[in-house]
Amino acid sequence: MHEWALAEAVISSLNDIADREGLKEVREVHLRVGELQQVDGEILLFALSQMKSGKLANTKFILKTSRAKFKCRVCGHKWSLREVKAADEVKESIHFIPEAAHAYLRCPKCNSPDFEVSSGRGLWIASVRGVK
Amino acid sequence: MYDPRLSVIGERLSGISRIIVVSSGKGGVGKSLIASTISLLLARRGFKVGLLDLDFTSPTTHVVLGARGIHPSEDRGIVPPTVHGIKYMSLIFYLGDQLAPLRGSELSNALLEVLSVILWGNIDFLIIDMPPGISDPMLDVLKYVRGARFLIVTSPSKMAFETVRKLLLLLKSLKAPVIGVIENMKMDESEYVRREVEALGEIFLGEIHFDRKLEESLGSVSKLLETGFAREVEEIIQRILTP
Repeated sequence: MHEWALAEAVISSLNDIADREGLKEVREVHLRVGELQQVDGEILLFALSQMKSGKLANTKFILKTSRAKFKCRVCGHKWSLREVKAADEVKESIHFIPEAAHAYLRCPKCNSPDFEVSSGRGLWIASVRGVK
Repeated sequence: MYDPRLSVIGERLSGISRIIVVSSGKGGVGKSLIASTISLLLARRGFKVGLLDLDFTSPTTHVVLGARGIHPSEDRGIVPPTVHGIKYMSLIFYLGDQLAPLRGSELSNALLEVLSVILWGNIDFLIIDMPPGISDPMLDVLKYVRGARFLIVTSPSKMAFETVRKLLLLLKSLKAPVIGVIENMKMDESEYVRREVEALGEIFLGEIHFDRKLEESLGSVSKLLETGFAREVEEIIQRILTP
């Protein structure tokens, strides 16, 4: 599953952050998952629980989904992913490469493909709490 | 906010012995054909080869390879499908026939996504087909693809070489390793490109003559490998592989 690749990236990043900040243990990590990528939160958390070790052995992961929102660069119209009806194969393409959204979605007002994903793209480490 | 993709790219590329970035700065000089043909010829020599098409807005290596009806699989990441003995990855798998108009930051995001989720495994060569231009994708490859060596393609045109010269100077200033320069679509006996490349202190790898039969070989690997074009690419590969 793609979620396992994302979990591996999170674990690798947290080990880097712990080393850089001189943390002996990472206690709590807040993750922000963009809705656009349609990551399965349960699978991601399970993958993280299976991969964590060493300084991350007791880390608690807290996942928050951020809504995917778009803004047209031509007419300024704003809309959300929830207003978009897309076929399953389109959703799958966006799941793997969120930029694929630019191939399939258009501004519902002026039909331009030139829009920005103003929120809800990708996976981010929002905060890390640990012990020095 | 920290982007976790940045920490895993090195790990994803760690099983690759040599990364060759086929680049030009100028479009229409034959980068995709040369990148695809090098990949095929290296695979035919028994090397384990990956080919990554980074031309996100206008990918074309799938046309050269005749790669249709295939798709990557998933196994804790994206596993590229094998096409004619090459592990092959292109955004065409996700874009289909749709055009994806992307701005610079979006190109960077797509590139980071691709580098962080594709599982190449242990391979001898990864050949990267770059988009034209010296903008975000080139800067991102320089930043994130450690150990990459650059194979530069130009046409005999002074207009093409004008951009290639700037690319070579950029790479030199950044101490990025350049394998050398290929002059593609040669139609006369001009020594212009060779002289200019050598004046810059770079290696002129050779010339590939304009091949009128090349176009009809697109999509058929067996026909492609029988062309004069492929024979000349093979000679250049020999020069690259010989220490």
